[in-house]
Amino acid sequence: MTAAMDGPFALEAKDLGKSYRSGQWALRHCDFTVPAGRICGVVGPNGAGKSTLFGLAARLFAPSEGELRVLGESVRTRATPELRARVAHVTQEKPLYRTFTVADTLRLGRELNPNWDQQTAQRVVELGELSPTDRIGALSGGQRSRVALALTLGKRAELLLLDEPFADLDPLARHELTGILLARAAEHGTTVLISSHLVSELEDVLDHVLLVQSGGVRLAGDLDELLDAHRLVSGLADAERPAGQVVEWRVTGRQATGLIRTGVPGAPAEPLPARWEATRPRLDELLLAHLRNPAGTASPTGTGGQPEPPAPGTESACPDRPSTTREAAA
Amino acid sequence: MPVIEYRLDRRSGVPTYQQIVQQTRHALRLGALQPGDRLPTAREVVERTAVNPNTVLKAYRELEREGLVAPRPGLGTFVLRSLSRPETAEDGPLRAQLTAWVDGARAAGLDREDITALMASVLDQRFETGAGPAERTALGKGEE
Repeated sequence: MTAAMDGPFALEAKDLGKSYRSGQWALRHCDFTVPAGRICGVVGPNGAGKSTLFGLAARLFAPSEGELRVLGESVRTRATPELRARVAHVTQEKPLYRTFTVADTLRLGRELNPNWDQQTAQRVVELGELSPTDRIGALSGGQRSRVALALTLGKRAELLLLDEPFADLDPLARHELTGILLARAAEHGTTVLISSHLVSELEDVLDHVLLVQSGGVRLAGDLDELLDAHRLVSGLADAERPAGQVVEWRVTGRQATGLIRTGVPGAPAEPLPARWEATRPRLDELLLAHLRNPAGTASPTGTGGQPEPPAPGTESACPDRPSTTREAAA
Repeated sequence: MPVIEYRLDRRSGVPTYQQIVQQTRHALRLGALQPGDRLPTAREVVERTAVNPNTVLKAYRELEREGLVAPRPGLGTFVLRSLSRPETAEDGPLRAQLTAWVDGARAAGLDREDITALMASVLDQRFETGAGPAERTALGKGEE
C-alpha cells in the first residue's frame, strides 16, 4: 500500500486541453502525472477547470487536444465495461434516483457492480443513521452525499474521482467518512482524486497535489516534496532577499514576509541567510500564496521598507508557530 | 481495543508522522506500551484519525529504524523494547537533582517561562543538531 514514487501512473496528461462549444478553453496545456495509489487533492478556485478534469478522466467527454491516460488507457479509446468498473466518479451534483429508497440504491449498486462491497456500503449508510426505507428525495444534501459515497466505495474501483465529496457534510461526518475512505484506499491501493475547498482539512489526508488555476495546472507533485521546496520567510525589509523564486512578497513597515521556492521538488531546500527566519509552509499557506499571485512572481507591496516604525497590526503572512523562535535580525 | 490511540493535532506545527512517533515513545516511557504489544495496523490508525496511510507507515518505519518496534509479516507491528528508565522515576536521583535545581531557579526569581527557555537553550547547546529550518522540529538525539 506504499505509494510508488514513479509509475505506473493512474493519470498521465500531456498537453491536455478541453474547449467547450463557446470556444472557451476550460483546460489547456496541462502536463502532469498522478502515480497509482496516491491520495491526490485537486485544488483551485471556482471555475478553474477542476470538474472538467474529472469529467475527462471519467470519459464523460473527450479532450479537445492533447492526451490523457487513465490507468494506462487513453481516454480516447472506447471504454469497455471492464474499464468502466475500474473508475468511480462522483460529480458535485451527486446524481441518484430520487424515488429510490436507500436500500434500492445500494441494491442497484450491487447488481451493476461485479466487485460490490456490500459491507462497506452498508456501514457508510448506517453510520449516518439512515434507514434503508428512507427515500433519496427526502434526504438532506449531506445525507445524499453519504449515499453517493457509499455507492462509490461499494464499487471497489481502482480510481476514485470525488468532486467536492464533503462539501455539505458536517465536520464529524467528514472526519468519519475520510477515515473510511483512506482505510479502504490503503487496503486496496486505490488512487483517489479529491477536489475540495477545505484545504486546511486536507493536509493530513493528501500525499499528492494538483493546483488548478485558470484552466492550467500551476503546481503538481508529491505534497511533502512541494512543501520541502518552499519556505515562508520573514525578516527586515531592507535585508538582502533570500535566493529562490519569489512566489509572494509583502512589506509592512520594516518587516518583509514572503513565500519563496528555494529548491526544485525532491531536492532539499537551500539554507537561507541567518537574517531570515524561515519555516516550512503548511499546505493552505502554500496554495493561498500561489493563488494570490497568478503570474508566479510577486511585486513588493506596502511601504517598501521606509524608515517608519512598523505598524502595530501588520498583515503578516507568517504564522505564529513554536518553531519560529529565532530572532529575525540577530 | 487498540493498546494506543493517537491524538493528532493539525495545528501543532509538528509534522503528523512525528506526532505518531512521539506519542508512541511517550507511551513506551510511561509503560503504557510494553514489549510484545501490537501497534494498531496502519489501516486502523487511518480509519480513526483520517490521516494519509503513508504518514502512518512513515512513522512506523521511523520507530522500526530506532529499534523500538518490528513488523511481523501478516501479523502486525510489535513493540520490541520499552523506554521506561529507572533514572527518571518518581524517586530517582536525577529527578531529585532537577527538582532541587528548579527550586533554586525559582528562588532566584525566574518564572516558569524563564526556566523553560533556559532549559531549552541548554538542551539545544548540549544536543547540538546543526538545525536548519527543516531539522529544527525534527526529533534530535536529545529525545532519548
